[in-house]
Amino acid sequence: MLADTVNRLFEDLMTTELLIAAEQGEWPAALWHAVEENGLTMPLVSEAHGGVGCGWLDARVVLHGAGRYSAPIPLAETILASWLLDRAGIEPPHGPMSIAGGSDGAPLRLTREPDGWRVDGECPRVPWGGQVDHVVVVAPAEGAVRVGLVAKGEFNITSSQNMAREPRDTLRFDNAPVNVAGTIDNLPADAVTLFGALIRTAQIGGALERALHESVLYANDRVQFGKPIGKFQAVQQNLAQLADEVAAVGAAGSSACAAVDLALQSGVLDDAWFRIAAGKARAGEAAGKAASIAHQAHGAFGFTYEHILHFSTRRLWSWRAEYGTGERWAEALGRRVVEIGADNLWEVMTAND
Amino acid sequence: MQTFSFDPVELPPAAAELRREVREFLAEHNAARKPLDRAQSWSGSDPDFSRKMGERGWIGMVWPKKYGGHERTSFERYVMLEEMLVAGAPVGAHWIADRQSGPLLLNFGTEEQRQKYLPPVTRGEMFYCIGMSEPDSGSDLASVRTRATKVDGGYRINGSKIWTSGAHTAHVMIALLRTRNNPDNRHDGLTQFLIDLREADGTDLKEKNGITVRPIISMLGEHHFNEVIFEDAFVPDSAVVGTEHGGWAQVMAELAFERSGPERYLSSIQLVLEMIRALAASPTPQGHAAVGRLVAHLATLRQMSVSVAGKLNAGEDPALEGSIVKDLGAVFEQEIPTIAQQVFDLEPKLGEGSDLEQVMGFLIQNSVSYSLRGGTREILRGIIARGLGLR
Repeated sequence: MLADTVNRLFEDLMTTELLIAAEQGEWPAALWHAVEENGLTMPLVSEAHGGVGCGWLDARVVLHGAGRYSAPIPLAETILASWLLDRAGIEPPHGPMSIAGGSDGAPLRLTREPDGWRVDGECPRVPWGGQVDHVVVVAPAEGAVRVGLVAKGEFNITSSQNMAREPRDTLRFDNAPVNVAGTIDNLPADAVTLFGALIRTAQIGGALERALHESVLYANDRVQFGKPIGKFQAVQQNLAQLADEVAAVGAAGSSACAAVDLALQSGVLDDAWFRIAAGKARAGEAAGKAASIAHQAHGAFGFTYEHILHFSTRRLWSWRAEYGTGERWAEALGRRVVEIGADNLWEVMTAND
Repeated sequence: MQTFSFDPVELPPAAAELRREVREFLAEHNAARKPLDRAQSWSGSDPDFSRKMGERGWIGMVWPKKYGGHERTSFERYVMLEEMLVAGAPVGAHWIADRQSGPLLLNFGTEEQRQKYLPPVTRGEMFYCIGMSEPDSGSDLASVRTRATKVDGGYRINGSKIWTSGAHTAHVMIALLRTRNNPDNRHDGLTQFLIDLREADGTDLKEKNGITVRPIISMLGEHHFNEVIFEDAFVPDSAVVGTEHGGWAQVMAELAFERSGPERYLSSIQLVLEMIRALAASPTPQGHAAVGRLVAHLATLRQMSVSVAGKLNAGEDPALEGSIVKDLGAVFEQEIPTIAQQVFDLEPKLGEGSDLEQVMGFLIQNSVSYSLRGGTREILRGIIARGLGLR
């Protein structure tokens, strides 16, 4: 049902013209309005805070749809930001949001002043940082990892973009006022990277599905040697491998989301960490392989700006690098597995059952 | 384009208790098994071990009680299987009967066949082999021409089957044979037969019935495969499984069951475990990244495979999903030895050396077969392409 809503909405509103305009810096106000109107920014927000109160497994459907349709809005980031706020006891505001945790080895700094909290520090590559109304910051302070809400205008913005020409801006916080409420139990200090990896894994799953869809359409349509190229076994064998990757990342994303839902019940994030790491590692690998196959199937047409394929593949190449490359997550996962030991591997593998 | 999905499945509470029981059983009966032997995975065979599993009720777990089964869920069977495979337990003797021949008889067999051929399987006393491929019929299975000719009271069989695992020890073969030629439809005129090869006590029935088993030694020097030659071998009418001339559809259903189980991604698991042990002794970032990547694949494949088990349990037909699991699973199983060789500067060995060196030496060679058995990589990708609407 949620999937139907998501698909119908994007199917109606996501046009190539809208994608091109967004790449030139135009904010797709109508799209954002429709997404917000339909409650798609708040699947994870509790009913008490005006949300839907679903879990990550449901939210994945929205993230997947945003990836599938290359929606040029910070929908995934707003879903994550709203979830963090909701759990920290702050009612999420309307409007687009992003998330920021600092940079490697230099987290943002939260300090308590007599008149409220302040945040300091710099955070590069904040998705849509210059376009959003609020940024949710995550930083350690006073013995806990805390979540705070910073309004637009309270930080400096240096604009930049990723390969998909999505905004990836550097935000500079100088004694910026921040609304900090309660803490979230067991929230890791690197929560932005961890859950950033989760949303990108789900989005990659959607973008992969689109690349497959376009490739099959093209292969059935494009005639060479007197028949559609999809009738050639060489092409079929390649596209079957593309389907394999789509299937694997879909499963890895679902598994990671389900693990977070379980972790929220048990209060132990360890197993969710394992699944998120595995998901981003798997998705990162699939993104490259699948993009190659999709472009090969599309021939020169897929290399033109006019064709829609690159809106998906440029996202795949960007998203696989964001919030930790697959290789980085694989190394972390491998280190954890070696620590756990061979005799306990299957215990960990089945902990989520 | 057919869609496919791999939704997460929650295993029933009984699964956790069963997992504990299986681990206890393995600690008692499998602890002394060496890593190289464990690497045989479901090709490792030990009739005594099969009988012990039968006593525990772990063969034919999901079958009806009246045929010796235990009416447990396919999730419980999955848990039992994966624990056995991860531990490298010698489950090979009863594997084929448990996985596909039993379900085939439950679906298509007569009551008499079920009564006779299922209960001994569940006790770990009756082992099966499958006669499908022939010297001139591999991936093109519909071209089989070993013939069963109708005679008074039964059929006379002439021809040969090849790559038949365990034909030299099995009690029964289920063979796909040609019973008539239909020039318009090659899939018509194929029939499945139950062929007795041994008595329950092991007495050989082949020689006096014109059946010859010739060993085929693998490049590792091991004997699993055989060629089975039929010269006027007789089977009674009661040996027909299901519909005469309608065996093709039955075989296709049987193969779908064969494609998505835990054995389709765990065949090289012992090498992953040895890699983890070696890295615990001398860790490297490259080794961590390699093992982490493999574990990411492993976790994903398990999720996909369990999800397909859920679909089978719900009575769905996940033929496309099963083919995807097997394709990805075989790629995974085959790349593990290559990756191990990239990570560790050592020479794979046979019959000497460390556990890691020996398991590597075995799997580098043996894994070649993993994308051939049960449907080649090319055939599976053809099935996937059909699902995508390309064929």
